[in-house]
Amino acid sequence: MAGTELLLSMVEARLARNGDGSNMESRDKTHQELEKIEKQVARMQQAAAPDENTQREIRLLNDRLQALRKDMSSSHYKAWEKTELARHPQRPYLLDYIERIFTDWSEIHGDRGFADDPAIIGGMARFHGEEVMIVGHQKARDTKQKVYRNFGMPNPEGYRKAMRVMKIAEKFGRPLFSFVDTPGAYPGLGAEERGQAEAIAHNLREMARLQIPIVTTITGEGGSGGALAIAIADRVLMMENSIYSVISPEGCASIMWRDPTKKALAAQAMRITAEDLKELGCIDGIVPEPEGGAHVDHEAAAALLDSSLQKHLAELKKGTIKEMVGTRYTKFRNMAQFFTGED
Amino acid sequence: MTWFKRQAGELDTSGERKVRTEGLWVKCDTCRQIIWKKDLEENLNVCPKCDRHFRIDARTRLAQLLDDNEYEVSDSNLTSTDPLKFVDLKAYSARLKQAQADTGLKDAVINARGRLNGRTVVVSSMEYAFIGGSMGAVVGEAITRAIEQATETRVPIVIVSASGGARMMEGVISLMQLAKISAALACLDEARVPFISILTDPTTGGVTASFAMLGDLNIAEPGALIGFAGPRVIEQTIRQKLPQGFQRSEFLLEHGMLDAVVHRRQLKSYISRALEFMDQSSVVGRQTSA
Repeated sequence: MAGTELLLSMVEARLARNGDGSNMESRDKTHQELEKIEKQVARMQQAAAPDENTQREIRLLNDRLQALRKDMSSSHYKAWEKTELARHPQRPYLLDYIERIFTDWSEIHGDRGFADDPAIIGGMARFHGEEVMIVGHQKARDTKQKVYRNFGMPNPEGYRKAMRVMKIAEKFGRPLFSFVDTPGAYPGLGAEERGQAEAIAHNLREMARLQIPIVTTITGEGGSGGALAIAIADRVLMMENSIYSVISPEGCASIMWRDPTKKALAAQAMRITAEDLKELGCIDGIVPEPEGGAHVDHEAAAALLDSSLQKHLAELKKGTIKEMVGTRYTKFRNMAQFFTGED
Repeated sequence: MTWFKRQAGELDTSGERKVRTEGLWVKCDTCRQIIWKKDLEENLNVCPKCDRHFRIDARTRLAQLLDDNEYEVSDSNLTSTDPLKFVDLKAYSARLKQAQADTGLKDAVINARGRLNGRTVVVSSMEYAFIGGSMGAVVGEAITRAIEQATETRVPIVIVSASGGARMMEGVISLMQLAKISAALACLDEARVPFISILTDPTTGGVTASFAMLGDLNIAEPGALIGFAGPRVIEQTIRQKLPQGFQRSEFLLEHGMLDAVVHRRQLKSYISRALEFMDQSSVVGRQTSA
């Protein structure tokens, strides 16, 4: 008991000193320690004699644990810390979610023009028994796979494949789920030669009038045009610890501050968190994540996402397709209007 | 110890004898020729020696495209409200004020309605001198309104792009303008109203990745920088020097991204010819809805 209490006090002291942890490693370490303490307390509870004193002390320990957990929960995280969470290497990627939320996944490849881009995946699946189409960015964990997936940065053929997949869904009247997790569209020589800008622009226009329900979720990084190109939807949701911005914090810092180390400042200034975007009226909802972030518990994160998707799809299916597309147009037409002065 | 000593008193440099040559001559960066500014202006701001197309401001552009320099301006009072209260090395609000004072515009675009070789058109002309022609909420709204005006009145629209892309100081707000404009273009497309996109030096980032590439015809001026990512970003990503002429109009034409590269002198007649082709009133066998 004394050992447990000492450990707990140490964690408390460190948190008091560092806030909620100035970097990701220290936060992860704290999480691990808290888990360890929880286990010890649980074991004590089982082993302890049911006398008053011990019970009370265990209760006290539990209260302190709860308070710490709350402190750690992400409502306190600032924009840069969210950025780190959104990019966390253990964060679930699209295939992790597909495996947990959908059944009968069947992938569709290629843009019919140049190549198949592994940075964007698309395919047919069933969502609680219903036929749906999925499209989204795919990142990877080990180096070889990362290179294969190009770090989730699509080339033009990725966006053209996405559009082809969406058109199939439209033709057969299936709802579309899109998932966004990309640092941005790939800024490479070949990408420019093959019309990266045109591929994105084309998607923006066509998604605006796609005659099927579309639900987009930003699951990690929403990197500028490369994200938007598959995110013109009836419902745009953001996971609690995801970000969505016009340029990466590093990019913004090096252009506006001429100093890439000002990334945290830039992240804060650009207002890139889910809460910020909700406030600015640029998204429709926030999907909660398990305590500590989606990387802590993939199953729980997928379950939370699942119920959000179910809710929004059910709402969309209430009206006619024509009304829905009209509402989608009006939403984007009236979005982000921050100006004064009429003629 | 010096051998000679200057007599008391500073040299007088404030005298009237100073000949002012500044601003009268312009050096062409391509052919290194020194050109008299007036000659350059008379030649539509194209170098008479090497045909380099100098950047021109939005008003000059409108004067070159519209008959008799006569047009009606709309949406000219829209001003950004600085939604993020963005401050980097300088406050965005201060940058806006500076740009407004420098250009006499409220933001980086002018919407005009006038005649192009006798045919009524709506023209949105972007102003590069206004914070790099960047697109924030005002530019997004103004261009959307121009598109809507074209759709409603069934008048062709010409958008002249000159922009570094989305305006960073408005963050995700500026990103959403891409979505807004593209959605409006979907309606324009369905109404079969012609849209000619003119890409001038430079057209990059979010502007290229939305309306600039969505014209029924995409036309560029010679030698214009056009791309999605800027050349410096690409160089840093791939860690090699970019080939000569990369991301220039001619390069894009070669790669199938443009319909034509047209000299400034022929631009008006080229647009006029295309609009004749697209004119729906002469289409046989299909009723055009009013």
